[in-house]
Amino acid sequence: MIPRDPLLEVRDLAVSFNTEEGSVQAVDGVGLELRAGEVLAVVGESGSGKSVTAMTLMGLTRGPNAAISGAATFEGTELIGADDEELRRIRGNRMAMIFQDPMSSLDPVYRVADQIVEQIQAHRDVGSAEARERAIELLDAVGIPAAAKRADSYPHEFSGGMRQRAMIAMALSLEPSLLIADEPTTALDVTVQAQIIELLRGLNRDRDLSILLITHDIGVVAEIADRVAVMYAGRIVEYGTLDEIFYDPQHPYTWGLLGSLTRIDRPRPRRLPQIPGMPPSLLAPPQGCHFRPRCAHAFDRCLEVPALESRLADTPSHFDRCWLEPARKRELREVGDQGALEEPR
Amino acid sequence: MSPAGEPLLEVRDLVKHFPSGSGLLFNRHADGIKAVDGVELTVAAGETLGLVGESGSGKSTLCRAVLQLVEPTSGSVRFEGRELVGLRPRQLRPLRRQMQMIFQDPQASLNPRRRVGQIVGGPIRLHGLASGAELRRRVDELLDRVGLSPEHYDRFPHEFSGGQRQRIGIARAIALKPKLIVADEPVSALDVSIQAQIVNLLDDLQDEFGLSYLFVAHDIGVVRHIADRIAVMNEGRIVEQGTADQVCERPVDPYTKKLLAAVPVPDPRESRARREGAGQ
Repeated sequence: MIPRDPLLEVRDLAVSFNTEEGSVQAVDGVGLELRAGEVLAVVGESGSGKSVTAMTLMGLTRGPNAAISGAATFEGTELIGADDEELRRIRGNRMAMIFQDPMSSLDPVYRVADQIVEQIQAHRDVGSAEARERAIELLDAVGIPAAAKRADSYPHEFSGGMRQRAMIAMALSLEPSLLIADEPTTALDVTVQAQIIELLRGLNRDRDLSILLITHDIGVVAEIADRVAVMYAGRIVEYGTLDEIFYDPQHPYTWGLLGSLTRIDRPRPRRLPQIPGMPPSLLAPPQGCHFRPRCAHAFDRCLEVPALESRLADTPSHFDRCWLEPARKRELREVGDQGALEEPR
Repeated sequence: MSPAGEPLLEVRDLVKHFPSGSGLLFNRHADGIKAVDGVELTVAAGETLGLVGESGSGKSTLCRAVLQLVEPTSGSVRFEGRELVGLRPRQLRPLRRQMQMIFQDPQASLNPRRRVGQIVGGPIRLHGLASGAELRRRVDELLDRVGLSPEHYDRFPHEFSGGQRQRIGIARAIALKPKLIVADEPVSALDVSIQAQIVNLLDDLQDEFGLSYLFVAHDIGVVRHIADRIAVMNEGRIVEQGTADQVCERPVDPYTKKLLAAVPVPDPRESRARREGAGQ
């Protein structure tokens, strides 16, 4: 693949929220780069900051209790400092977002097509008939059967998977270049999930739609991502291509995440590898590396925060935040039989 | 599976219909909804039967019908050879000690106004098995066994993370030393690293107490890991049943095949190979 210019560049993004119990550092120095036409997956567990990162890009975390700093440039426009008017022009138009629960985007009392028409007419100077035609085209494109007929259904008349498709159609209605998908398949049955992944993959391939995928499911990541950022307790701990993350993971948290995966095509291991303990409270995160208290390989130096940087000579685009020597990591991975998948023949 | 003797749990031709009435919304199902439609299954002592299926397949209704939390329309549920269907609540009560349930959402299944000690010790107290210092000792032991500590005794459920709340639910479920635990999506709401902890805990408890599990989940990977045998449910029926290896590696039923094919392959190269094989 020929590298293209970054469509979205996030630098040193930090988001904290004031709560009754104190300040919560939800996002702590996140940097990302999404090139046009790529699928970048941000993977992490609850509280890792992945959704807050995505919502901040859309301007959805602004408020009196939020402190946001850093920079995020999208198609040459700075998002973090943008005023509301500017954001409104970009949001929905150049970048759109879909969520786990389609009913967060669909209004239950309006027909599906009417909602798409409204969205198109809010941003574009087109007549109702043309907008409706466009809405039906979109519903058809996302795989709603008999779209012309189903267009006048209400959201509750759709199944969960169809609603997800309708939400995607609405997100695509203004032909954005970037789709932010926050856990788009988490609430779906596995067969429907496979269809939605296939749909997203098709949109990425055929319409050159760039996708920022937020998910906790590393299986979904393997199916669709080009590049992966692994987040833990507000920070990116590892960042690389899909294959780098799966076949040469550098951070012990990534090892744990890959190790705790279950497989349907392998006999059961005696015990599922587990990461001990729990993620830290972001009210009082541990000093240094946030994963330190759960890490079996932590040593003195881990009390300092490791920078997210390239530590491997042969793969300079592969970044991690871990003080262990790369050679030592390979050793540990082999001894502990953790993480990294075997290179297939 | 147990080599001989009768199974701990034996379900025969179990049916649960929900009447639909003549309501406007439900007139699609004029005959009522057959949530469970002639299910046959057995669970041997010490065995784990995994039950997989998608939403609406009837898994949860089946669990509830097995435990007589909903009254089956027809069929038979035998526990240690004894028929449960048709028993009066008073006759069921002593048997309930032997059969416990763990739910998906510990938040919803734990009383928010009760302290952890009261929640975990509740079943012991209700059955009059211990009180006072003895009760406290047994609760502390249970908390310790599931990876919590006696200091958690006086806390409330909301003070815990999802994984810890599931541990509380498990402590309560094992408090009466049951023989069978029906676990309905016990790890579905948990993060993967915590899922592994809970699955391993359930494994350990099984070894220690000889528990049998009816383990329900939509995540086939987790079920494959924990189950000896797997039953696949679709539209109220069991469409395939076999050892975990058989069902996952040599599925026979078309629905099982479709379900397995849809599970993401957490290995990029394999995933790519599979897509290329499918001509995409």
